[in-house]
Amino acid sequence: MLTRAERRRGIAWGLLSLIGIALFVGIAVAALLSWDVGDTRARLFTAYTWRILRFTLWQAVLSTLLSIAFAIPVTLALARRPRFPVRVWIIRLMAVPMGLPVLIGALGLIGIWGRQGVINSLLLKLGLDQPVSIYGLTGILLAHVFFNLPLAARLLLAALERLPAEYWQLASSLGMRPFSVFRFIEWPAVQRVIPGIAGLIFMLCATSFTLVLVLGGGPAATTLEVAIYQSLRFDFAPARAVALALLQIGVTALILIAMARFPIPDDAGMTAGRATRRFDGRTVPARLWDAFAISVATAFLVLPLASIVFAGLKADLWNLATSTAFLRATWTSFIIALTGGLLAVLTSLAIIAARGAVTDMKRPGKAAKGFSALLGGMSSLVLLIPPVVLGTGWFLTLRSIGDVTRFAPVLLVLINMLMALPFVMRVLAPAIETHRQQSGRLSASLGISGLAKLRRIDLPVLIRPLLTGLSFAMALSLGDLGAVALFGSNDLTTLPWLVYSRLSSYRTNDADGLALLLGIICLLLTMLGTAGQKEARHD
Amino acid sequence: MTDGVVLDKVELRLGTKDFHFNCTLPAGAVTAVTGPSGSGKSTLLNLVAGFETPDRGHVLVGGEDVTHEHPSGRPVSLIFQDNNLFTHLDLFTNIGLGINPSLRLSADDRRAISKALQRVGLDGFEKRMPGTLSGGERQRAAFARALVRKKPVLLMDEPFAALDPGLRLSMAKLLLELHREVSNTVLIVTHDPDEVGRLADHAIFIDYGQILLQAPTTEFLARRDIPALAEFLSG
Ligand SMILES: Nc1ncnc2c1ncn2[C@@H]1O[C@H](COP(=O)(O)OP(=O)(O)OP(=O)(O)O)[C@@H](O)[C@H]1O
Ligand SMILES: [Mg+2]
Repeated sequence: MLTRAERRRGIAWGLLSLIGIALFVGIAVAALLSWDVGDTRARLFTAYTWRILRFTLWQAVLSTLLSIAFAIPVTLALARRPRFPVRVWIIRLMAVPMGLPVLIGALGLIGIWGRQGVINSLLLKLGLDQPVSIYGLTGILLAHVFFNLPLAARLLLAALERLPAEYWQLASSLGMRPFSVFRFIEWPAVQRVIPGIAGLIFMLCATSFTLVLVLGGGPAATTLEVAIYQSLRFDFAPARAVALALLQIGVTALILIAMARFPIPDDAGMTAGRATRRFDGRTVPARLWDAFAISVATAFLVLPLASIVFAGLKADLWNLATSTAFLRATWTSFIIALTGGLLAVLTSLAIIAARGAVTDMKRPGKAAKGFSALLGGMSSLVLLIPPVVLGTGWFLTLRSIGDVTRFAPVLLVLINMLMALPFVMRVLAPAIETHRQQSGRLSASLGISGLAKLRRIDLPVLIRPLLTGLSFAMALSLGDLGAVALFGSNDLTTLPWLVYSRLSSYRTNDADGLALLLGIICLLLTMLGTAGQKEARHD
Repeated sequence: MTDGVVLDKVELRLGTKDFHFNCTLPAGAVTAVTGPSGSGKSTLLNLVAGFETPDRGHVLVGGEDVTHEHPSGRPVSLIFQDNNLFTHLDLFTNIGLGINPSLRLSADDRRAISKALQRVGLDGFEKRMPGTLSGGERQRAAFARALVRKKPVLLMDEPFAALDPGLRLSMAKLLLELHREVSNTVLIVTHDPDEVGRLADHAIFIDYGQILLQAPTTEFLARRDIPALAEFLSG
């Protein structure tokens, strides 16, 4: 139902963004591939790269297994108790680590599990003199579980809550005991979604950068991404960085191919407190077990978050917030986040418009269909080439032209934009599709188009998802340490980079205070972006 | 006829709705439970099955007070409108769970399952998954499970509502056959006056959480003095 001009415009914008993204990613990859071709092949599998590769995969496997293994009992307990007073808050709490800048989470974890943390002090008092170490493999696993257990739990819970209410009535009427309920109802439901969840978590852990950078202990606990960063920034060994970057692309490609077989389950239908009723688990041991599982998981998630707040409050917040370093970093972060966010939103709109134009054609040809599929696959492309790899490629390209730091802000903006693209798409695409279905024919029949349509029909409905997408993108970029780690300098300091520098120079107190400020900024942004959504859901 | 199911001055409040049920439903007979949507038909069945516990009053099944009994301890079988079978388990397992909820089955039990399947016209369907069955076949499988459970009371909440009219007839016939074989007490919720005439020995009419009328079927179908009931009967 589009006019010809609208269709042409949509395709043109889509083509433009496709070419732009392809160029940006393509140049980086080409730079990596053409770097000393012969030598690179020899450097691809050295004892060093093998060790890094093995550790990357090993920690990802362990993180995935642990996250899911701990998520299962927590989920089963939460599903078996569909109503108790703070349940909604526990489920909301599980969404926090997903939106929290990773660096801040890491600081919170150090506050609890670090050498001077609560846990180790307790253990010391109990007479255990080999406290838990937050650094090295243990720390990385701990942090990955902190971030991914709630993700897994939310997705698993959604799968359980989608089961028909009759199942629980039947189970209790047939007299199934807890183990039978697990064997015949819960496990089959959970087991169906586990491959998809595991793939997602494995991907996140195999490409995790910030946590490994902060918690990884030297060469023994380094992943591909961190090794790339170290090769470029400390050892200045571009050849090694290239080899590692190519390995990283290979690994992510393999994971993506494997993941394509198992769709990522969604957490739709998670309507905390829907009318599901359970009649099992009324015995005292069952109650105790559920209470234990839920409270341990809640404490595990709450304590680091609380630690961020308490440690942050101990810092001289007023002085920090008015210091030039903070104000300059905030300004830089804000400009980069805003530009990157706006670009991400505009690119998403272009992609959606182009795909809409193709769908709108009566008989789209092969080329049009292929074009639409390419646009749709763009988000996988972003996953395939992690920010650090992208940065490395551009670093090598620009080095031959001139001073890399001059281009750094632009690169940061573009890399952040690409990272945010899949998330913004996921917010905007369904909203625009619904809007099109509701008003497309009507606008066409009334002959409303162009600016008038934009102002009177589209913007009033779409402004909310647009703002949500923008705030998501900005929060993501504000909290990111991956891209800025390669390009950050005294001239280009973002907030996360400032926190990280303070942390590396052992000014922990300042780092804690800054982390709290950054956390508050991100929280405010998310609240702003999602404001008014609850009302919308009710009617 | 002795009392099959008794709701003795049962009172219950759900949200803002109040329910008062006081009735004695005869044993070994089929009682149709009718009433407008939202009147409390499913709630009445839930009270008997144990999914709701009355705030006041008693629930008796076969002369025994089960008011505070867990659903698993009550001598009842259930058939819902839909989702009677666990879709990821084959028919044999689904029915076997009706005999033993941990699926510890003896050779006799296995034979009983095959016989029950035969009885409902699903000969040799042991290994079939519910997803590969038609709606009518799925309800037959639910009947088979009720058969092997050998409980004196069968509760059915609109079991045929999702089926087309022709199929409803044959399912009703099957239900009556099985009922005559084991002479259990049947409570069936239905929206269809024809079905009341076809199946039931007695019928009750519920409106706003109260039983307005309890009568033998012929009398029930002839009554015109209650407006809500008259509306129900005229379709
Ligand atoms: N747990 C609950 N909390 C609040 N209200 C409830 C609850 N359960 C049922 N109700 C209300 O009680 C009333 C009776 O519900 P019930 O399911 O028994 O109706 P019904 O006669 O079976 O209707 P239908 O023919 O539509 O199935 C409805 O208005 C329902 O909204
Ligand atoms: Mg009902």
